[in-house]
Amino acid sequence: MHIDNHTHSHVSNDILVQIILAFPFILLLVIYLHAVYILNQHKRKWPIHRPVLWTIGILSAVVTVNGPLADLAHINFTAHMFGHILLGMLAPLLLALAAPMTLILRTLPVTASRSMIKVLGSKSIRVLSNPIITSLLNVGGLWLLYTTDLFVMMHEYSLVYLLVHLHIFMAGYFFTISFIYIDPIAHRTSFVFRSIVLLLALTAHSILSKYIYSHPPKGVSAVEAELGAKIMYYGGDVIEIVLVFIICQQWFKNSRPKVKESKQEVYL
Amino acid sequence: MDNNRKTFANKNLWAGILLGFGFVAFIDEAVFHQLLHWHHFYDKSTTEMGLVSDGLFHAFSFFATIGSSFMLADLHRRNAFWLKRWAAGIFLGAGTFQLYDGIIQHKLMELHQIRYGVNILPYDLVWNVLAALLIGIGILLLISKQKSFVKEEVDAHR
Repeated sequence: MHIDNHTHSHVSNDILVQIILAFPFILLLVIYLHAVYILNQHKRKWPIHRPVLWTIGILSAVVTVNGPLADLAHINFTAHMFGHILLGMLAPLLLALAAPMTLILRTLPVTASRSMIKVLGSKSIRVLSNPIITSLLNVGGLWLLYTTDLFVMMHEYSLVYLLVHLHIFMAGYFFTISFIYIDPIAHRTSFVFRSIVLLLALTAHSILSKYIYSHPPKGVSAVEAELGAKIMYYGGDVIEIVLVFIICQQWFKNSRPKVKESKQEVYL
Repeated sequence: MDNNRKTFANKNLWAGILLGFGFVAFIDEAVFHQLLHWHHFYDKSTTEMGLVSDGLFHAFSFFATIGSSFMLADLHRRNAFWLKRWAAGIFLGAGTFQLYDGIIQHKLMELHQIRYGVNILPYDLVWNVLAALLIGIGILLLISKQKSFVKEEVDAHR
């Protein structure tokens, strides 16, 4: 795949795009750690595993959009696919598990928290937390990227590259939080509904990887497409299995038999 | 109260079916795709329906495995686990999926064959006869379970 490597101005442009893409993630890391610090000052301990998950999540996003992997992803489809797993699947999952909204709500003054809750309950958030909508944005977006000229355009125009990568991350994040409930979310849906939608979304993801295997995107060689498709298929599986495990575990916790609760407390 | 298994009879069966299903899909992936390399990731002859079916069953297989494990934990938590009925479910689920894979996916949808470059007939026969056997064992377990169930009921009324 040799779409890029035209001119030097292109290269400096790439560096600018890389910095623009990495900046919000670094900012999010600083804000999160700062909020944890404030919270711990007030003797309300925030579990240590959360900032750890947050940091690893931010790092997996940053290495995808900035640095050697990002450079390689321009000319190598396998690297591109590996980055797609990190930015669109792993980072969103780790960040969601770090419960950022809960942290912000606890850190902000009460009045600010209240208006924040209002925003979270608003109609636009309702749309963005509907599993069907997030699945369409996430997997639908990927179908669009790999089966149309968007993939070639992404490598030619910096703005398209920027928007596509922001979309991959954002769509991945909203997808994750619409299925597993770590943070408070105003518009919850039933376990069965979420399971069915998730099953269909995962199906569309594995079909797309096999489609890429047999129909390489423009400018990608058959060998690279085959390897990239397998990374998407099996790499996707790893994250998806974690996602399915958490959604089932949440069902298990929530469907605890009522009668036994008192009995369990005695043992505790 | 000794147990709640009769209340959750169907749940025992389903937990077994889903696990059997996921187990066969796991064997298929681990043994035939990864270890033996008999199955192919993608086959040129695969129909569109085949691709959709493969994707759906792939996602469903690990969903079923994880989901059924939590169902099993739930049955134990409710003191409702019923080994025979659960085992019957495993055989039924495993056999049904194997038969579906062997007949619908391999033959009708031409997803991929069991093995390439050999006379495929004996492979197909072993595959599908094994599937039928699994289903047979599942049905036998289910029936014998019902016999013992009736016996228990009769004993209880004496």
